[in-house]
Amino acid sequence: MKTPLLEFRSVCKTYYMGDDVVRAADNISFSIYENEFVAIVGKSGSGKSTCMNIIGCLDVPTSGQYLLDGYDVGLMDKDELSEIRNEKLGFIFQQYNLLPKLNLLENVEVPLMYAGVSKRERRDIAKRALESVGLGDKFRNKPNQLSGGQQQRVSIARALANSPSVILADEPTGALDSRTSRDVLALLKDLHGKGNTVVLITHDNSIAATAQRIIRLADGKVIYDGPAEGAFDSSIDSACEPLEAPVEEQAEEGYNEHF
Amino acid sequence: MSIFETFSLALSNIWSSKMRSFLTMLGIIIGIASVMVIAGFGDGMENYITESFQSAGTNVLTVSLTGTGSSSTVKVDDMYDMVEENSEILDFVSPKVTMRSQLKIGTETYNRTSVTGVGEEYFDIYDYKVEKGREFRYIDMEKRTRVCIIGSYVDSEMFDGQSLGQTLRMGGEVFTVIGVLENIDDEPRQGGSDDVVYIPYSIAARLSYSGTVSSYVVTVKSDDLIDRGQNLVENELFEILRSEDAYTVTSLTVLLDMMTEMIDVVILVLTFIAGISLVVGGIGIMNIMLVSVSERTREIGIRKALGAKESAILSQFVIEAALTSAIGGIIGILCGYGLSTVATNIITNLLGETLTVSPSATSIAVAFGVSALIGIAFGYLPARKAAVLNPIDALRYE
Repeated sequence: MKTPLLEFRSVCKTYYMGDDVVRAADNISFSIYENEFVAIVGKSGSGKSTCMNIIGCLDVPTSGQYLLDGYDVGLMDKDELSEIRNEKLGFIFQQYNLLPKLNLLENVEVPLMYAGVSKRERRDIAKRALESVGLGDKFRNKPNQLSGGQQQRVSIARALANSPSVILADEPTGALDSRTSRDVLALLKDLHGKGNTVVLITHDNSIAATAQRIIRLADGKVIYDGPAEGAFDSSIDSACEPLEAPVEEQAEEGYNEHF
Repeated sequence: MSIFETFSLALSNIWSSKMRSFLTMLGIIIGIASVMVIAGFGDGMENYITESFQSAGTNVLTVSLTGTGSSSTVKVDDMYDMVEENSEILDFVSPKVTMRSQLKIGTETYNRTSVTGVGEEYFDIYDYKVEKGREFRYIDMEKRTRVCIIGSYVDSEMFDGQSLGQTLRMGGEVFTVIGVLENIDDEPRQGGSDDVVYIPYSIAARLSYSGTVSSYVVTVKSDDLIDRGQNLVENELFEILRSEDAYTVTSLTVLLDMMTEMIDVVILVLTFIAGISLVVGGIGIMNIMLVSVSERTREIGIRKALGAKESAILSQFVIEAALTSAIGGIIGILCGYGLSTVATNIITNLLGETLTVSPSATSIAVAFGVSALIGIAFGYLPARKAAVLNPIDALRYE
């Protein structure tokens, strides 16, 4: 059996909000292998943002282990986290998060710049990345001269620039209409087809259905992990119904555990 | 990310909000310009004073005999002997008797013309040239000849340039003009260096109340011998007079040093006050950088998510602050130059004297360095704030 590209081992993440303890991730374990297309789905508050932050090395687990390409991310300091984000991850955000003052080329070059790639090489890679998402004619435009769909394509190009191990898309279609959403999803699918590992995080079941495999989260726990077909059978939802029980109770549990 | 790229990134950020950047720089511009003008003014003043002292002779020692009575005088011959015996250090000597009697030419009386009794070497001491006629000779001193040498102003104003052989009167004696000095002042005026009459010291001493010579000027061979010369003359006078109270020996150098020191102190205080505006400018930069950091929180979040380390964000903001400040410094230096030129013109026009306000290369270099340092010092705190932002929060920031 091959080693997973990224692996959650009993990952827990606890936040303190005033006196309340929120268990945003509660003993989550899963593995994602190379060239998988996985969607992590859940309602607001299900812990998917926490998962996304941990997968994206923007945050570290409170307990448990997160291994990315064999590295234990939980043991890394801030600089190492920056490095691993730069090398291993390509981010696609809901709000595109392009830098408004830079043109498209410069935007795509940003991760390469922090990786220390030379100016000329950067330019070449950025051009190719933009061409691959169909924006080869708009190198010098500023992001605000583009439509939302185009901006999202720029951010995909930027995510690809460093040839990362994992492409992490956080609600990539959240700000787009349904037609451009389909385009963006098709692009992600295409990337997967070319051998990339794609992790898609969304609250929208229909969008999650684009993926091969779906991990469903509710209340910080995994309630389904398997192929896209059958991910949304009513039995799963009813099975987890009792878990959506009073939040207070959950908080109480966490509270006791910590003090 | 190379330093060069960080600089060009900072430059483009500064350029993209020109108005704000300029206003931020304003404090530094004003601070640097005022420090430069003040420092330049100080230098100009020092140069001016040094120059005027040099024309008065920085190798000159003035000997005043302050005691009274025959026991506390030094014979003129003793002074000449002293200089002759110490010729490796001392150069010239001349008695100097300031006359208080009124000068009369024809029926006119001139109160502001200074009349001085001097020895024959006096003109060598001050490098005055006799333009027409002849200089004093030893025989004039010996015989107490009633002759005089006059300044060019007296010649042109009172004798219409035809003074040689003419006479003037002082203290009931009649003096014949034997020589006219070259013009000294740029603009000859009443009471100036050209409105003078010199007569032999011997006759001057006789006409004065005490009847003796109570003041001498002695020169040393070169400026750096001035201290040795002064010690020497003091020792010799002590040998003769046996009292330290009976004489004083002063050199212009001492006076010059004192005045320079005083100017230095005044300028230092003024510079310090102007320097306060630099600090205020620095605080302005810090303020704007803090605003800029919170405005660009999202950008910082994006950059961090894409792999920027804390050090990269830190240097980005520090360099931006330093560059803002340094550009302000350069503009300030240019303004300082402009203002110095204006100040030079105003002073020259108002006073009729040439006082050049010229900031030295050192002060420019220091000004530039200080402005860059201020940027780094005051930019560090905001930059630190930016660098330690949590990328998750920063990305969520609206």
